[in-house]
Amino acid sequence: MPDPVVLKSGAEPWGAKPRRALSRRNIVLYGTLLVAALYYLLPLYVMIVTSLKGMPEIRLGNIFSPPVEITFEPWAKAWATACTGLNCDGLSRGFWNSVRITVPSTLISILVASVNGYALANWRFKGAEVFFTILIVGAFIPYQVMIYPIVIVLREMGIYGTLTGLVIVHTIFGMPILTLLFRNYFASLPEELFKAARIDGAGFWQIYGRIMLPMSMPIFVVAMILQITGIWNDFLFGVVFTRPDTYPMTVQLNNIVNSVQGVKEYNVNMAATLLTGAVPLIVYFVSGRLFVRGIAAGAVKG
Amino acid sequence: MTGQPHAGRPSQLLRNLNAKIASIPMILTAVVIFLGGTIWTVVYSFTNSKLLPRAKFVGFDQYERLWAAPRWIVSIENLAIYGLFTLVFSLVIGFVLAALMDQKIRFENTFRTIFLYPFALSFIVTGLVWQWILNPEFGVQSVVRALGWESFAFDPLYNSKIVIYGVLIAGLWQGTGLVMCLLLAGLRGIDEDIWKAARVDGIPMWRTYLFIVIPMMRPVFITTLVIIASGIVKVYDLVVAQTSGGPGISSEVPAKYVYDYMFLAQNLGQGFAASTMMLVTVAIIIVPWAYLEFGGRKRA
Repeated sequence: MPDPVVLKSGAEPWGAKPRRALSRRNIVLYGTLLVAALYYLLPLYVMIVTSLKGMPEIRLGNIFSPPVEITFEPWAKAWATACTGLNCDGLSRGFWNSVRITVPSTLISILVASVNGYALANWRFKGAEVFFTILIVGAFIPYQVMIYPIVIVLREMGIYGTLTGLVIVHTIFGMPILTLLFRNYFASLPEELFKAARIDGAGFWQIYGRIMLPMSMPIFVVAMILQITGIWNDFLFGVVFTRPDTYPMTVQLNNIVNSVQGVKEYNVNMAATLLTGAVPLIVYFVSGRLFVRGIAAGAVKG
Repeated sequence: MTGQPHAGRPSQLLRNLNAKIASIPMILTAVVIFLGGTIWTVVYSFTNSKLLPRAKFVGFDQYERLWAAPRWIVSIENLAIYGLFTLVFSLVIGFVLAALMDQKIRFENTFRTIFLYPFALSFIVTGLVWQWILNPEFGVQSVVRALGWESFAFDPLYNSKIVIYGVLIAGLWQGTGLVMCLLLAGLRGIDEDIWKAARVDGIPMWRTYLFIVIPMMRPVFITTLVIIASGIVKVYDLVVAQTSGGPGISSEVPAKYVYDYMFLAQNLGQGFAASTMMLVTVAIIIVPWAYLEFGGRKRA
């Protein structure tokens, strides 16, 4: 480290003595953080090294040692040929199911919730707050309480077990937090914009499409991050509201790894686990600060 | 408004019509699903529905059966242990990490990325990774034994007495990053002058945290507490992935009990009763909090 700059011309050094980089405080501080970081990184590391080893190596070595011989066979197997029950076409099926579930669910839930939030923020009508309060309180009710009535409703509509049904379920349970998110965001926009547009004769949908939507891209991105990770990681709704051939990736992953038949192939299991975690992880690492904003917004519900 | 008086007052219902149309999904969700669904489940928990819901009321039979079932008792005990330890540890670990992160450190973003990434992963992924790490044949136990400590025993997933702590380790790994983030945001909200004043008065740092900063962060702590608590009651996927409720029934949780009785055992009434108990648990947590948060504000 460079020495502190020596000040000339009468000015005395002022303030606390500059801390050295290797003070005791810094060693304790960074040491603790480093140990904690290692603990958090360990499972990711174990997943990666296990998925790159062959089974003989796993049986001999320990789970923390790096692979001696790197093989991508477990990845190929997890993706294309691992078995769940009678199907042996790997996780790829679950992956595409999850894509088919996540894309429409994310778009529809955000569209519906943003319009709701917009109506609540700018076009308040009598009773709106009552429904909104029920919605927010409802966010705390355990899903298990509401699942069966939804099964009945979807069965009556003839869409129980279909992707459409699951998309509706995701839209319903995404609504409290998303509506809150959008309502608060739209309410924070300057009201003059809204008034000016009304004076110019714009109606409900026009203001939404021409003014609110283009002005709110950041919050739409936050909502997308929230929904993509949430829906991709969902297990309960997937297992309740779909059939085996439309199971999302998480359900299929669990079936592959926790199946009781056959020899356990830990490397394939870990490759499958990583594949399932890859999508939210990529979203997380790419979005960075916006993800934090998303969960902070999600956290202040209620 | 200076509308034409002879046009008559427009119907109250048609005013602001577009906003009402736009709110239909919200209204339906709130009233039909959240309110209606909850009431329906509570009502049907007093029936003896088996494969299909039947409106044949049997009073508190299902609840008596529920509280007599060993599996439910184990589930509740597990939830209590898991919940208590999760609350304490995630708050303590989360706060310590947040306080360390708040020391104007370098690489703050890197550290935060590392602490928070497990939160992006699903409980299924979390459960499966920790199932592998805690595998007694290959995981931590075998590694420590290979280092020379032959009698080392740590096999929580195969030992019914401590299995719930195995789940706890995984749950903490997944969730403490979020707590850290929330509390860090709270710490950043504390005025810098408070710190300066404390320093001028010569109060050591740990006392400043304990007696000044933490009491000032009360609202943040309460919000965090409610978030952790409502997550605890819902714990389901983690157990399914990590232990499937085993060994035996020793890591069962209420949410799994509900699912199994509704969709596997085809004993709907039991499932409804159990889910109603979950609702009661949540109400015990939420109602006092909502009262403090919102009831108090109105009066003020």
